[in-house]
Amino acid sequence: MIPRRRPVLSGKGKRLKNRAAYFGVLTALTLIFSYVETLIPVNLGIPGAKLGLANLVIVIVLYKTDFKEALLLSVTRVVLAGFIFGNLFSILYSLAGAVFSLMVMNVLKTKKTLSVIGVSIAGGASHNLGQLIIAAIVVETYQVGYYLPFLLIAGVITGALIGITSREVLKRVRDVRF
Amino acid sequence: MKRNDWFLAAGILAAAAILLCFQMFRKTGDQAVVSITVDGDLYGTYSLDEDRIVEINDTNRLEIRGGYARMEWADCPDQVCVNHQGISRDGESIICLPNQVVVSIENGESSGVDGIAR
Ligand SMILES: [Zn+2]
Repeated sequence: MIPRRRPVLSGKGKRLKNRAAYFGVLTALTLIFSYVETLIPVNLGIPGAKLGLANLVIVIVLYKTDFKEALLLSVTRVVLAGFIFGNLFSILYSLAGAVFSLMVMNVLKTKKTLSVIGVSIAGGASHNLGQLIIAAIVVETYQVGYYLPFLLIAGVITGALIGITSREVLKRVRDVRF
Repeated sequence: MKRNDWFLAAGILAAAAILLCFQMFRKTGDQAVVSITVDGDLYGTYSLDEDRIVEINDTNRLEIRGGYARMEWADCPDQVCVNHQGISRDGESIICLPNQVVVSIENGESSGVDGIAR
């Protein structure tokens, strides 16, 4: 067994400073994931179907800190990634999915009936559902409902993969406090 | 992984499967039409049986050929609509979100337009 790392922080002032540093590192990490995602062509012809790799960081932050921190990170990520890799439209679109999925995950996490994998699955599905609702409003048609089953399946698969990865990461960073 | 996780995943997948079944069993009717809406307003309806190219407001170009409709070209940044496979079944649709263009197959009433089969 690899010896576990000792907690790196001590004292309140130091902790606050470290939080800011962590936030910067995590934002950078989510942006890298967003970038990697643009390199992988997962274009199924389904609007909104993405791997959601950045969600991995969001799930871990939600478990390690709290809802507010995860929300701040998520919104920062969407806005920055939108300006770098997308456009104003994609920001609105992604924001709906990101915020909706985070709210669902937060509620399920506090209920404690699901493990991180289940929470992540619900997050994946609700992420796509949130985007679809925005899409329906934008194009003013219920026709987007046609994509719902595909997006739900995609959400479950990516959510499960992210959940499993999150569980492994959380096991290993148990002693690290943000 | 808890048991509830499996229940949740199975529940969502079952819901998706039911929705998918409803879509699968829809067949193309005799009078299938391609309906195009832009920004929620009807742009036009075209027979699926007649091959043609439809220019949609200089932003998208739809091709109807061999009983399939597919987006041939679009100026949108994501190109999701262009990568979409051709549609032919009732209820299927291609959506270009950035341009707010929706192309869908409908079992339209015979409007008397282009009665000649291919
Ligand atoms: Zn498009």
